[in-house]
Amino acid sequence: MPLDSAPGPSARTPRTRSRRIRPYALTGGRTRARHHLLVETLVSVPSYDPALSESLMPESKALYERARAQLSIAELSAMLSIPLGVVRVLISDLATQGAVFVHPTAHAYSHDRGVLERILSGLRELPV
Amino acid sequence: MTISAKIVIAGGFGVGKTTLVGSVSEVPPINTEAWMTEASEGIDDLPPHGEKTTTTVAMDFGRISLDSDLVLYLFGTPGQARFWFLWDDLSRGALGAIVLADTRRLDQSFAAVNYFEHDSTVPFLVAVNLFDGRLWHDLDEVREALALRPGIPLITCDARNPASTAEALRELVRYAMSLA
Repeated sequence: MPLDSAPGPSARTPRTRSRRIRPYALTGGRTRARHHLLVETLVSVPSYDPALSESLMPESKALYERARAQLSIAELSAMLSIPLGVVRVLISDLATQGAVFVHPTAHAYSHDRGVLERILSGLRELPV
Repeated sequence: MTISAKIVIAGGFGVGKTTLVGSVSEVPPINTEAWMTEASEGIDDLPPHGEKTTTTVAMDFGRISLDSDLVLYLFGTPGQARFWFLWDDLSRGALGAIVLADTRRLDQSFAAVNYFEHDSTVPFLVAVNLFDGRLWHDLDEVREALALRPGIPLITCDARNPASTAEALRELVRYAMSLA
């Protein structure tokens, strides 16, 4: 086989297949998160516990470590290549344990013009 | 505590969504295929080796820190209407949506206009992307061609220009406030 040959479709298949199966294995068959997690919902770690981190399954551990930097569900999913639905379930579990803090989104303040006004004012001050 | 907000950038293939997100995002637009798995669950007729699927479901998002406790995310939707279930996921909780349109291929944005007019409660406006800095068609003609409901704002913007993108985002926020 020539060294420069690009991986063909057959080389891609196992990866695609494994990604389609893993979510169920990782979440114990659950597809719904208990917390309402939007793609933009921010997650942080209020008080990092190395012992807790060590006790977690690899994907949950990776999420817990990354969330120390306060990231959104979408960023966690993209950075760790974990499907969104799985991130939601695992983060939800971590939130239930009190390991991570789930921040509110602007949607929770949709009755409150103040948040929209702050967004508008922030957009006025962009360095563009 | 930090509040995050989201604006959806919709429109068909090649209308400039990624350019718009990139022009104001403080990080390079994050291109993700993370939705792939969920897409696979919803669609049975995906080509088995995914030649096209990885590119069509991939999408970009960017972030803008507006204050120490306020972050705005911009999410580009996948172009194809058949990924409507992803549009639902992306649109949920959004403060608004910008449907980006290119007057040279308005048909690319029909699906997005239809979606936000009929299948969503998210406030939206249509922004005609001025690719070469000029408007090729009168905005009234564009409104007619898109069969855009009166009252839905129709504006122009240059997606490459951060100041122009920021103004389009402000226009959307003002429109959302007027409906609130």
